[in-house]
This record gives sequence, C-alpha cells and structure tokens, in this order.
Amino acid sequence: MSGAGHVDPVMLVPETVLALAAVGALLLGSWTPRRRQWTVRLCVVAALSGALAAALTAWVRTGDTVTGGFAVDVSTHAVRVAVLVGVLVAVLLAGDSFSGHPRESESYVLLLLGALGTIALAGASDLLVLAAAYLLASIPLYALTGFARDAGGTEGALKFYLMGALLGIVLLTGTALLLGAGGTTGYAALAGALPDAPRALVAAGTVAVTAGLLFKAGGVPGHFWVPDVTEGAPAPVAAFVTTVPKIGALAALYRLGDEVIAPGPLDWALLCAVLAAASMTLGNLGAFFQTDARRLLAYSAISQVGYLLMAVAAAGGTAALARPGLLFYLAAYLVTNLGAFAVVCALPAARTLEQYTGLFHRRPWLALSLVVCLFGLVGTPPTAVFVGKLTVFAAALDAGLVWLVVLAAVNTVASLFYYLRWVLPLFRAAPNTDGESAGAAPVAAPARRTSTGAALTLAALSLAMGVLAGPLLDLL
Amino acid sequence: MLSVAVFLPLLAGLVLLALPRPRESLVAWTWVTVAALDLALVIALWARYPAAAGRESGAVGAFAYETHLRWIPSVGAGYHIGVDGLSLPLLAMTAVLFLACAVYSLRQRRRTRAHAVLFLFLQTVSLGLFSALDLLLFFVFFDLSIVGMYFVIAGWGHGRAARSALQFFLYTFLGSLALLLGFLGLYLAADPHTFDIVELTRRPPLEDGGPAAGLVLLAIGLGLAIKTPTVPFHTWLPPAHTDAPAVGSAILAGVLLKMGTYGFVRVAMPILPGAWREYAMVLVVVGVVSVLYGALVALAQTDFKRMVAYTSVNHMGYIVLGLGAAGLATADGARAAALAVTGSVTQMVSHGLLTGALFLLAGTLHDRGGTYRMASYGGLAGTMPLLAALTSVAAFGSLGLPGLSGFIAEFQIFTGSLSFVPVPAAIAFLGILITAALYLRALQQLFTGDRRIPEHARTDDLSARELVSITPLVVLSVVIGVFPRFLLDLVEPASRALVALVIR
Repeated sequence: MSGAGHVDPVMLVPETVLALAAVGALLLGSWTPRRRQWTVRLCVVAALSGALAAALTAWVRTGDTVTGGFAVDVSTHAVRVAVLVGVLVAVLLAGDSFSGHPRESESYVLLLLGALGTIALAGASDLLVLAAAYLLASIPLYALTGFARDAGGTEGALKFYLMGALLGIVLLTGTALLLGAGGTTGYAALAGALPDAPRALVAAGTVAVTAGLLFKAGGVPGHFWVPDVTEGAPAPVAAFVTTVPKIGALAALYRLGDEVIAPGPLDWALLCAVLAAASMTLGNLGAFFQTDARRLLAYSAISQVGYLLMAVAAAGGTAALARPGLLFYLAAYLVTNLGAFAVVCALPAARTLEQYTGLFHRRPWLALSLVVCLFGLVGTPPTAVFVGKLTVFAAALDAGLVWLVVLAAVNTVASLFYYLRWVLPLFRAAPNTDGESAGAAPVAAPARRTSTGAALTLAALSLAMGVLAGPLLDLL
Repeated sequence: MLSVAVFLPLLAGLVLLALPRPRESLVAWTWVTVAALDLALVIALWARYPAAAGRESGAVGAFAYETHLRWIPSVGAGYHIGVDGLSLPLLAMTAVLFLACAVYSLRQRRRTRAHAVLFLFLQTVSLGLFSALDLLLFFVFFDLSIVGMYFVIAGWGHGRAARSALQFFLYTFLGSLALLLGFLGLYLAADPHTFDIVELTRRPPLEDGGPAAGLVLLAIGLGLAIKTPTVPFHTWLPPAHTDAPAVGSAILAGVLLKMGTYGFVRVAMPILPGAWREYAMVLVVVGVVSVLYGALVALAQTDFKRMVAYTSVNHMGYIVLGLGAAGLATADGARAAALAVTGSVTQMVSHGLLTGALFLLAGTLHDRGGTYRMASYGGLAGTMPLLAALTSVAAFGSLGLPGLSGFIAEFQIFTGSLSFVPVPAAIAFLGILITAALYLRALQQLFTGDRRIPEHARTDDLSARELVSITPLVVLSVVIGVFPRFLLDLVEPASRALVALVIR
C-alpha cells in the first residue's frame, strides 16, 4: 500500500522510453524527407531495443512493487518483454510494407503508443489506470486500421472504433459501479471491500469491466471487429492488432480476477469458463469455411482467446500453473501468430488460401515456417503453444473445470481442420504461371525480404521455446 | 547410446535438408545407410541388454540405458528414456521395418528428398516413443507420428489421398488429445505432480480405482484404442491404408499401430492397475469384437490391401484380448497372465514384420498391375514365383500357422487367456479360422488358376531391391517361429514384472 499514492519513476523506465520514443519519432519524422524515413525506423528499433534491455534489467533486479496504481511484478515484466518483442517485429514488418509511404513514421508512432497502452493495461492495479490504459491501447489502433485509406480499412476502422467506443463506455460504467460498491478503485482496497458490498452491484460492475477487456482481447462477446479489421487493415497492422493488445488485456483480466474478484462472492471461474467456451467455439465455427487467409487467422485469434481464458478462469484458486501457463501461452501465441502473419506480410499478393498453392515448391523455407506456425497454433508438440496449452489445460483441470478442458480438446481437433485447409495447398503443384493469368500465382511474386526473415526467425523461435520451455516456465 | 539411436535418423534428415540440391541416388543411399546404422545400434543395444539391465531386470522400474534430463521441471516433465523387455523388441522391429522401407524406396523418384526426410523423422519419432519413460515425451512422439504420417499419405498417396489423410489426422488427433487429458489427470493426481512414468509406476496415484481412475483410464484408453485401432474406433484405418503409399502403409500398420498397444502395456496397465482390473472385462469384449469384426470385414474385401488393413484390426484385437485377460488374473494366475502379456508383445513384433511385408508385397503388386483388386489377377505363381512364395509365407504367418511368428504369439495369448476368460477366448478362436479362410481365398485368387493380369501390366517377378527389402521380414518371422527363445527370454521377465504390477 505504501507506494500507491506516489509514483516512482525508476520503476517505469521501459514505459518512459516507449513514450519518449513515440514523441521523438513523431518529431524526427516530421523533419525527415520521405525517402529517408528509414532513419526513423532505425531510431525506433534502437529505442525499442533500449526499452527491452531496461525491461529485462528491471525483471532481474526488482521484486514486486506497486507504484501509482501500477503493479510491477512477474506478470508485468513478462508482458513488457513480450509486448516489446511484438512491437519490434511489427515495426520491422511495417517497414517492409510501408517503406516510402507518406506517413511512414506516423505508423511507428501509433504502434509505439498502442504498445505503451498495452503494457499499462497489464500493469494497472487501479480501475482508473485500467480505463486510461484501455483508451491509450485503443485509439492509436483505430487510426492504424484505416491507415491505407482504402475501403476495407475504412470499414474495419469504423467498426473497430464503434465497438471500442461502446465497450469503452461499458468499461467506465463498470468502473463506476465497482467504485460505488467498494468505495475505491485501487485493487488491494477493493478486494477488501467487495465481499461486503451488494452482490448484484459487484456482479454488474465485474461483467462490464470484463466486457471492456474482452474487446481488447478480441474474445466473445467483444470480438465482432476482429475479422473485419484483420482483413481490411494493412497486414503488419493486422498482425499487431490481433496479437499484442491481447497480451495486455488478458494479463489485466487475470490480475483483476486474481486480486479482486475471485476472493469475493462472485463465481469468477464460471464467468470466465463460459466466456472461454463461447470464444473458442464461436471462433472455430467462424473459421471453418473461410477462404481468406487473414480472416482465417482472425477467427483463429478469437478461438485462441478462449484457450487463454481457461487460465484466467483458474485464477485465484489453487491452480499453481494458472499464471505461468497464461504468461507462457501469451508469449508462445505472440511468437507463433506473428510468425503466421509475417508469412502473410511476405506475400502481399496472396489473399485467399488457394493463392498459396505451390508455395512449398517456390519458397520451401517460407512454406515450412508457415507450417510450423500453423501446427503451432493447433498446439502440436514440440512448439511453444503446445506447452502453453498443456499448462493451461492442467491449470483448468486443477481448478475443477473438467468440462471446459474436454471442450477445449474437442475444439483443438476441430481447429486442426481449418489450419490444414491452409497447409494442404502449400504442397500441391504450383499452378501454371507461364502465360495468360499472371495474377494466378501470387506466390511467384518476389517475397519481401524482412518479412521472410521474420517468419523464419519466429517459426524457429516457436520451436525453440517449446523445446526449451523448462527454464522459461521457471521464470514465470 | 539410446539417445543416439533415437535421434540419428532425425539428424541425418536435417543434414539431407541442408544439402543444396543433392542427387536423388545420394539421398536414397544415405537413407539406407542411416537406417542400417540405426539397426546396428539397436542390435548392439539388444546384445548388451542383459549386462546393462543388470540383475535387477524384471524388478519394478528396472530400465537399461536410462537417460534422465530436466526438460520442463515446473510441470515435472523430463527427457527420460530407457528400455526394458517390453520396448526393446519393438525398437528392433521398428528399426528393421524402416530399413526395409528405405531399401524398398531406393527407386522412389517422387520428391525423393522430402520423402526420405519424412521417413527419417518418423523413425526418430517411433524409436523415441518406444523408449520414452515420461508421459509428456511419450505424448510428443505420439502426436508427431500423426503429423508425419499425415504428410506421407497426403504427399505420396494415391486415390483420394488428401481426404483419407485428413480423416486419419483428425481422427487420430482426437485420440491423442483424449490421451493428453488422461495424462493430465494422472499428472494432477500424482503427489508431487509428475509426468515421469517410472515414478508413476512406482507409486500409482489412483491405485485403488474409483471413479477418478475410471475417467482417466477412459481418456487414456480412448486415445490408445483409436490409435490401435479397436472396433468401434477403427474407421480411419481402411481408407488411410488404401490410399497410402506402400511404405507408408507398412510403417503405419507395422509401427504406428503398435504405439497404441504399447501404450497399454507401458502406461495404462502399470499406472492404473486398479482401474485396469476393474474394467478388464470391457477390454476383453472390445478385443473379441475387434478380432471377429476385423476378420469378417476382411473376408468381405475384394481389394487386397484393404483386406490386409482389416486383418490388422483383427490382429490388434488379439493383443487387447490378451492384455485385458491379464487384468482379470489373481495372484495364483500370475503365470498364465504373464503368458498372455508375453503373447501380446510377441504379437506386436510379429504383426509388425508380417503386415509390413504384406503391405510392401501389395505395393509390388500395385506397381505392376496398377490396382489392388484381387479379381484382376490370377495364376501369378507361374510368372512371379518369388512374389507368390513370399506372399504365401507372410499370409501363413499372419494367420498363425505353426513355425511362424504369428503362431507363437497367438498360441500364448490363447493359452494365457483361456483360464481367465474361457468363453471370449473360445469365441475369438473363430477369428483364426476366418483369417485362414480369407488368406487362402486371396492366395488362391491371386496365384492359382488361369493367368489373368490387368492390361499393360508388367509381369516381371520381384526385383533384387524388392527381394532385399521384403525377404528379411519374412525370414525374421520364420526365425521367431522356430527359435522364439531369443525373443521370449527378453520379453518374459518384463511381462512377469508387469503382471505383478497389475495384480498388486
């Protein structure tokens, strides 16, 4: 409680670096000619590396503290590292796509601000900080979605914005209700006050706050924006939006459940379990017959939130694996999903699954990376998501949610079906490229270098994280 | 040394992948060399096994060539491998079968490198599964075998390969997730939480049975029954075999099916003894139904390969029958139960060799005539005496003729089971009769009578490559049939130890 009132800036070095980098990039970008915007990218990458170093140092050096409604603990440390890695990859992917774009540096600024908001979400230990972080994590992304100013992007951005505004209000309402019920917004004090508060009020407030966070995570019922944004936004933005904010939102949800709600009178496990079941099932059903690679990834992202919510449902109980499982799964998902999106970024002309036909024969390594990432998303060993799923399943079983684990297993099998719909064409013979329809074989077009490199690296990382999961899990 | 044997094929595969555009013959011969080297390693392991296992062999948790490294300590999972009398014969059978497939594929010219790498990968996975002493490690290999086989069927199959491969993948993947749920149940029930098989065997967490043990056994049993497969979970098998390439079928039937039955003896029986005893009758019934149903459906087939596929269901049924009967044993019936278990393990080896041979022979038939339809052929013995001879021996071995490995296996299973489950065992006996009928009918159709072959078919007899790959499998079956002691001496102590665990 001692640190709740004032802010200790030393604890917030990575966040400060991010904020300064955003401002710096904006200024530098305004004074740099368009063809030399790569210098901005370079500076942003350098700043991110610096923030990453600071985050790792902080992880090694400091224990758990709370400073100004912002908790710095293992969860925050892990989210910091994951988000910084995620935004680093997103900047590299964006550099590939946006190079020479009139507003290239602005895209980096928006990415940095979104990342800052995401970290703030994960660390928030006060409902007001949570609400502010929600806004910071959302607004830059609306702008990024419509960045290309095309029809799809505009539609996606509008949907995203409307959903975000609505659920933002819901989140604020929930905050107000919980404030009314507990008389405070700080988590520690709230946890003490809620057991005596009117149950209906607490329930309404909890559901409202959860709904807001699920919008950020892209889970049911706040998932309607995901497919449209993923399809309409530029590919690097889609990669960022479906992956990174999820980390902050789920870490925040876990913290809320673990510290405030689960000890109280509400059945937190049941609420989350139902949401998890809905998310994984509806996401899978939506993904089944998608023909567009990005929409498929979008629905897969929704179903993955379901699996992640299983760990949140186990929060506050005896399940020792709940938090390590959630954090590991988040990191694993980040790497794997970004890897799949990196392949999408590397082949900008390929949109439908059919257009990936024959990729293995033209670019075997890129195709293999995609296979590793897609099987990774299924949860095939020895990829990272397998270990994530394993720990999360174990945590949920430990919390007594047997039905949920069985449902998740069935959903995993079902998800295999649509991932395979993408894997199979890769190995088929390439379509006839010499002649009439040059657009028939987008895989024949030159692939973008950086994105290809990123895809390979991330796929390898996904495997490595699975094989070397032991030491990583020990840290969490 | 065991780790080397397990991972050597994978390493060789990675080297092959890294080579820039190697010649096809180089790839093929590298594969053969590596498979041969790996077989030599496994034989060396076998030769030194009595010394390595020491005097303890037969005691609980006595494994030779153990390696135990930390892998994911926070969930109590480690890289723990080792072999005993139950797994070593299967390792050897796996190495033999993969070598046979490597030789058989010497002239395979469709994406040679990817083909070789995939099979090397599968070999590592199979050897790894049979030596895994950690549930998580077991699961990893179990799952990867499915992925590897999916690509083999989808990439090199014929007919409706993509569809069959998908069905195979989805169905068996469901089984593997059921297995994972069961493993998680064991993990959570153990105190302290662990995935280590040796640890779990020493102190079975759900020893006394009860509903929790029943549920865990249900999940594990379902997963293994799908993989084995037993009736009613066998429906993925016939299409997968029909559309898979010959070497894919040989590995699928010879090695991958054993993963299911091996799981019963390695995981389900020793770790869940109470539940196994409680539900042994269910397994006996499932076994008997598989025996009869597999045999009857095989009898109705007109397609040679499909027929062999259904006889696999029949043969796996004997194994499940034997293992189930062992669960009904009491302390004075331990010897008979051990006999049934020994028979089941022998059946795994025997079936691997013989069915592998039969599927490769079916492949040679398809190479020549372009179809598996038995009615398209006739009187082949005249022009293809070698093919006829090898097929006959393999078929006789498969139906359990004395002097061949199938007899040793089935005789022990029946002798062991009769004292516990006389009626089911007697009913299952009919299965042998039906198998005999269907094999004799097939041999008659293919090799005797008027000469009949499809148009444009080649009529040359087996080539040297085919002979070198298939003959050793058949010869080994004869060797086991005539001199079974070298195998049984290895299996029997392990079976006795297993039965002691089950009836404790």
